[in-house]
Amino acid sequence: MADLHIDFAGIHSPNPFWLASGPPTDKAYNVRRAFEAGWGGAVWKTLGEAGPPVVNVNGPRYGALLTPDRKLLGFNNIELITDRDLEVNLREIAQVKRDWPDRAMVVSLMVPCEEQAWKAILPRVEDTGCDGIELNFGCPHGMSERGMGAAVGQVPEYVEMVTAWCKRYSRLPVIVKLTPNITDVRYPARAARAGGADAVSLINTINSIIGVDPATLTMTPAIGGKGSHGGYCGPAVKPIALNMVAEIARDPATAGMPISGIGGIGTWRDALDYIALGAGSVQVCTAAMVYGFKIVQDMIDGLANYMDAMGIDSIAELTGKALPSVTDWKFLDLNHVSKAVIDQSLCIQCGRCHIACEDTSHQAITASVDGQRRFVVKEEDCVGCNLCVNVCPVPNCITLRDLAVGEVDARTGQTVRGEPLNWTEHPNNAACACLSAAV
Amino acid sequence: MSFLSSLAKQGDGLVAGFVDAVPALMPTQALVEAERCLYCYDAPCTHACPTRIDVPAFIRRIADGNLRGAAHGILDANPLGGMCARVCPTEELCEKVCVRNTQHGLPVAIGRLQRYAVDTLMQDTRPQIFQRTAPVGRRVAVVGAGPAGLSCAHTLARLGYDVEMFDMRPKPGGLNEYGIAAYKAAGDFAQKEVAWLLDIGGIAVHSGWRLQSASQLHALRDEYDAVFLAIGLADTRKLNIPGESLEGVYDAVDFIAAIRQAGELSSIPIGRRVVVIGGGMTAVDAAVHARLLGAEQVFLVYRRGQAQMSASKAELQRAQTHGVLVRFWLAPEEILGVHNRVQAVRFVHQTQRDGQLQPAAETEVILADMVLKAIGQTLGNSWLHDSGLALAQGRIVTDDQGRTALPGVWAGGDCIGGLELTVEAVAHGQRAAQSIHAHLNAAVATSAHLQGIFHG
Repeated sequence: MADLHIDFAGIHSPNPFWLASGPPTDKAYNVRRAFEAGWGGAVWKTLGEAGPPVVNVNGPRYGALLTPDRKLLGFNNIELITDRDLEVNLREIAQVKRDWPDRAMVVSLMVPCEEQAWKAILPRVEDTGCDGIELNFGCPHGMSERGMGAAVGQVPEYVEMVTAWCKRYSRLPVIVKLTPNITDVRYPARAARAGGADAVSLINTINSIIGVDPATLTMTPAIGGKGSHGGYCGPAVKPIALNMVAEIARDPATAGMPISGIGGIGTWRDALDYIALGAGSVQVCTAAMVYGFKIVQDMIDGLANYMDAMGIDSIAELTGKALPSVTDWKFLDLNHVSKAVIDQSLCIQCGRCHIACEDTSHQAITASVDGQRRFVVKEEDCVGCNLCVNVCPVPNCITLRDLAVGEVDARTGQTVRGEPLNWTEHPNNAACACLSAAV
Repeated sequence: MSFLSSLAKQGDGLVAGFVDAVPALMPTQALVEAERCLYCYDAPCTHACPTRIDVPAFIRRIADGNLRGAAHGILDANPLGGMCARVCPTEELCEKVCVRNTQHGLPVAIGRLQRYAVDTLMQDTRPQIFQRTAPVGRRVAVVGAGPAGLSCAHTLARLGYDVEMFDMRPKPGGLNEYGIAAYKAAGDFAQKEVAWLLDIGGIAVHSGWRLQSASQLHALRDEYDAVFLAIGLADTRKLNIPGESLEGVYDAVDFIAAIRQAGELSSIPIGRRVVVIGGGMTAVDAAVHARLLGAEQVFLVYRRGQAQMSASKAELQRAQTHGVLVRFWLAPEEILGVHNRVQAVRFVHQTQRDGQLQPAAETEVILADMVLKAIGQTLGNSWLHDSGLALAQGRIVTDDQGRTALPGVWAGGDCIGGLELTVEAVAHGQRAAQSIHAHLNAAVATSAHLQGIFHG
């Protein structure tokens, strides 16, 4: 069976599945249950500085985007960092780490953006025997109004500065947790590396409002008639997070820096996505909050079975495997031609492909043939956009077929050529070197 | 509250079987089921519905929490959508062609979702969703307050017509009230639906009035701008075998009507051994009712095979799961009795040769102290032959708009034939209403045009 053990920036854990900093890692009781269930590590819910702890609302802290049959698509929270006393947290962290020495114990931190504040807390955290720290530069609600969390993560200079303090006052590996509430995630990632970070983790949650209560016309969730934007996570955010992970992984300035992937992971398939796009560990919160800790067993089992089937021996070997397939749009092959194909033996005649294509795309799928309800691709109109594939309710009923070299594209009348052509070389591109050469 | 539902609350074992053959969906069930609908393009289910209900649209509205909009969509296409949701053989119509059959082997529960949406509206504090347009000053007579008549009346009332409905029974509703199995219309739904339909305004109901002569029909033609005949089938077919008039031999339709109108179910006489003769929906309903009322042994006997039965497979299964013993290829030859009371039925085995039934030599006697005949209904009303209406194959002939041979007279429902389904009767009623509306408007336009010529 595949070995799921990881060495992530010097932090070892028996599998790549860590609980992300959040409500599931708020205290020893939960973390112990998590480790009993099989989680490889936990990022303890963010600690603040000594003194009176923060105060959380005593009303709805969570909201959710649900399907009509209440499957959770997205999740939103306005919970702040831990509202328990620092001393209690440090004591519990130390005890749990002592009891579970093989598990990764990472402590999330968020103190004011002052060197003294970090200098004060770091040795105390190190004393717990934990394996690393994660800097919470991403929390987008509440704490950011006080100049912490995302307020730091949104300013690359602050990210670099605070990271550097942590490296100066602690021997622990430093993971910088990034906020997605920013236009280009590569800048804070580069800043983290410049500050000496050992790794980055992403994404933190996305600014969000779940919706409006139609009866009261107040935003939801609301406390006493008012609400505040929360942080969005869960399955819906995964594609956003995956892109950010890949951006950092293939940025020459940050390439090779360990990445802990976070955002909408609930199955081994989700974990695979992150790992193949460059993550060395993955963190889970929402799925655990929906299903409980046991899901880690299914994720471990699924990932191990997959790796065995693929002949992949370790997480390290899998990490970044899909990265070479990620590129900029301008490098896509414009000579490549695909056409949709509908497998009539699988078609259930719902017609969704037809109406989607007819109303919103290229009018390339029939509704009837010889007066019979029948959905067939008109290759002369099909641009291979994949819309029909995506709206078809039957797996593998509609697929895209790549035209072979030498085949004629019925839409353009052009013969498919063997050599690729991307935008940088395309004659329609005014900036193309091929044109200036011709002139 | 009806006697059925009031008794059910007391936990009466006898009544339990009479309440809701298919239970109503709970809100969460409805949401999960609604999610299964794929919102098909040019949906096959809609095409399969005689009233062309936009099924994907109403299901989507259920899923997004717009139950009122869902009910509006259903009732706009079919004002009796509540009853149709209960009695339609959906497995032969919309649900038969649901694409989820192909994919999952299980269609979306369209009928149950439809019932959920309509029932929710009917229980609402504002159940009326249609507004009658300003009265147009035209009067239409509707004869027969069954599904076809009610549908026609409601459609015309919405369009501003004043409708007078005439029905021979004490209560409106037709077969919905008197003919459909109790467990398909539990909770007095037929009358609730009639009340909702009449709430649109502009419809007056005259009960206990029977159309029984050509002169009456012509008087209606003279008095009203249009007449819609939805008189159903007045007579039952006879077996024409010895013993048919013995005590204990009844028409199944009367048996069901008696159950539907009974104040107390235990007051209904029921045999220990019941034989139901026939292969249609009425035969199944009568047999199941007989079992529910306590008959020890109920035979459903049909002269042909299962494939020729007009009762659906689901109906047959209902009979079988209620302990009804089903026998095929047996035709009744004689009803045997003692002291003028039925004692048994002798059947002759049948075979089929070149599509024709042939009696075999073998006979079989089934003991019975009650025989229910359910071998079909006929138009009856012999006066129709001299009314000027065209008749063919025992039904009133109409064109594709429901117009009869008599100008100003339309007809629909069972009296014109077809699938003999509630939903088809509803479609007939709407079709005739639209045709009447178009006809009378054309007349208005013509007279206005003439006035323009004379006074212009």
